[in-house]
Amino acid sequence: MTSRRDFLRGCLAGGAAAASAVLPETACARDTLQRPPEGLGLLYDATLCVGCQACVAACKQANDNPAEFSAMDKLWDSPLDTSGHTFNLIKMYRNGTMETKDAETNGFSFMKTSCMHCADPSCVSACPVSAMTKDPVTGIVGYDADACIGCRYCVAACPFGIPKYQYDSPTGQIGKCELCRHRHKDGHYSACAEVCPTGATLFGRTEDLLAEAKRRLAAKPGEKLVVPRGRLPKPGETAEEAAQWKGLLDQSYEAVAGTYLQHVYGEKEYGGTQVLKLSAVNFQKAGMPDLPPKSSAATSETIQHTLYGGMIMPIAVLAGLTWVAKRNVVPEDDEVSKNQKGGQS
Amino acid sequence: MSAHHPAAPVGGKLFNLPVMICSLLIAAMVAVLFVRFIFGLGAVTNLNDGYPWGIWVVFDVVIGSAFACGGFSVAMLVYIFNRGEYHPLVRPALLASLFGYTLAGVGVLFDLGRWWNFWHILSPGYANPNSVMFEVAVCISAYIIVMWIEFSPVFMEKWGMKVEKKKLEKVLFFFIALGTLLPMMHQSSLGTLLVVMGPQVNPLWQTPVVPLLFLLSAITIGYGVVLFESCVASSAYRMEIEMHLLQPLAKVMLGMLSVFLIVRFGDLVVRNALGHALQPTLEAFFFWLETACFVLPYLLVGTAGARRNPARLFLAGVAIMLGGVLLRVNGFLIGYDTGLGVDHGWNYFPSIAEMLVTMGMFALEVLGYIIITRRFPVLPRSAAAH
Repeated sequence: MTSRRDFLRGCLAGGAAAASAVLPETACARDTLQRPPEGLGLLYDATLCVGCQACVAACKQANDNPAEFSAMDKLWDSPLDTSGHTFNLIKMYRNGTMETKDAETNGFSFMKTSCMHCADPSCVSACPVSAMTKDPVTGIVGYDADACIGCRYCVAACPFGIPKYQYDSPTGQIGKCELCRHRHKDGHYSACAEVCPTGATLFGRTEDLLAEAKRRLAAKPGEKLVVPRGRLPKPGETAEEAAQWKGLLDQSYEAVAGTYLQHVYGEKEYGGTQVLKLSAVNFQKAGMPDLPPKSSAATSETIQHTLYGGMIMPIAVLAGLTWVAKRNVVPEDDEVSKNQKGGQS
Repeated sequence: MSAHHPAAPVGGKLFNLPVMICSLLIAAMVAVLFVRFIFGLGAVTNLNDGYPWGIWVVFDVVIGSAFACGGFSVAMLVYIFNRGEYHPLVRPALLASLFGYTLAGVGVLFDLGRWWNFWHILSPGYANPNSVMFEVAVCISAYIIVMWIEFSPVFMEKWGMKVEKKKLEKVLFFFIALGTLLPMMHQSSLGTLLVVMGPQVNPLWQTPVVPLLFLLSAITIGYGVVLFESCVASSAYRMEIEMHLLQPLAKVMLGMLSVFLIVRFGDLVVRNALGHALQPTLEAFFFWLETACFVLPYLLVGTAGARRNPARLFLAGVAIMLGGVLLRVNGFLIGYDTGLGVDHGWNYFPSIAEMLVTMGMFALEVLGYIIITRRFPVLPRSAAAH
């Protein structure tokens, strides 16, 4: 009988840990994080992009990255995808005869591939050593090679496939866009936005960029629309604030409003991103993943915090297990002597 | 009813064919690792940014540690559920676990791209408690230490440290409790690693109950590995198979397996994800292959009569291990797609060099098991009489 009672007791102690994994999301639930109010980002407008790749070249220069070749002659930097040495790339959507720009059938379009600077980044949640961090003010997702152990969990975690590892080096690092944060102190903003000739890539506060995106979506396709280039100043910006950044203040020009899809990509995806995108071609077809409004980081951390919050659960289970084990563990010498006395049942 | 037999060394020669083969495989591994550390991961592996984790992570660490759950599963049965009759199985199972985990810990270093910083993960200045990987790393490191403590009476017996052994045995219950808790924590977290990858993982494996699935399957695999090991050790050392222990153990394994399958399919039904298994995709094929491996043991050892056949016990153990392999490979590799349906052209199949390292790691485990069981008191004495 004792052994049966012990068995049940063991079930209770052992089962507690297993059961805790399916506990409902309660006090420990971790909501999807939101963008910081002063967060910086980019607005990419595929209808304005002409695919000149000036931003790709400027990004290489700003980040001191080597050229990557995909052609035999090795004359031009020609990466086929972002990599540990290429943080920004303009990819092309092609269909049929490719006659019309921004048409899904028999047309073509462009899409910028670079870090989205998520409000709730998977890479930051995944990184075990805080090498990936999100700046609380600017919201820039930065990388610190000196902290990184090279586990590449961030590479696996990111749904945009952005952090990438340098497999070609024994001391390889993770490479990704950091919004040129290393150039900010010199008054330079993101190099891709700085050089973009059409304003397809625009730098600014995400809040302002979102308003600008909505202004463009509200415009009638084909109508004349004045669009800014380089940096989008925040409303009512003082001369002092403007002096923080180099470059002409107003580079705007008259463009034509595109036939936009009524969707600001990045407004809600995964809790929102600080890089926003507009396109006339379906975002999935152009290479952007279809993501739910809830971030995976929130799901993952809710599970972790439910199980390990304050270490309450593990300590309680350990106490139960210790209590049961203390009753059941017989020092081996005693066991032998018991056996000699006639064995145990 | 057989009484407890104290464990004893098997004895015999250390230089024989299995040892030679293991040594050759280990030498090949060392050669590959030399190249890897001089020229980088890209020089020997087929890893790429679409598949940043290959077999060194999924086989050597995730699966290697699940195979090493024999010690945890049997210790839990003996000490927590008070089934003292299984006591003779504890030491051999614990030894295999000790090797499995220690090597999984070392194996991580081969895969780390910036391995010289590995200590950051255990350092408060760097640690990120929100990271699942952090939890796994801390927990596995702690468990390796706890297992060496749990196993140390074997060395103390061999070297006649009676006083120390007595002292240790007084507090051993605490380490046994800790040695039960820690694997529960990290075996579940190895599954949670998938959660942050979000929709990149096929819904057949991406679920909030994935930690429970990995934990339940790890415990089941633990019993499967004991069946496998006991049969292999008995045949290799020409010892009597402990049928009186393995028969009821197989029953315990089937019980655990049933719990796993109920959670597995209950979750798929609740999440309405079973439809993904009915599509003509590679993922669906591998899902059914995995499920077949988990169902096979019922056909092999489902009846008391069938459990009397050692060959069936062995095969049931192998089937469970294969099911566990597939669950993990499917979650981390087959069911993982960086492109989220957008074809980026990423592919991964391990290179020969990668496979040599994985085989070398398993060879190191087998070699260690042979040396220690031949020289230290691990296997039951009655059986070691030959």
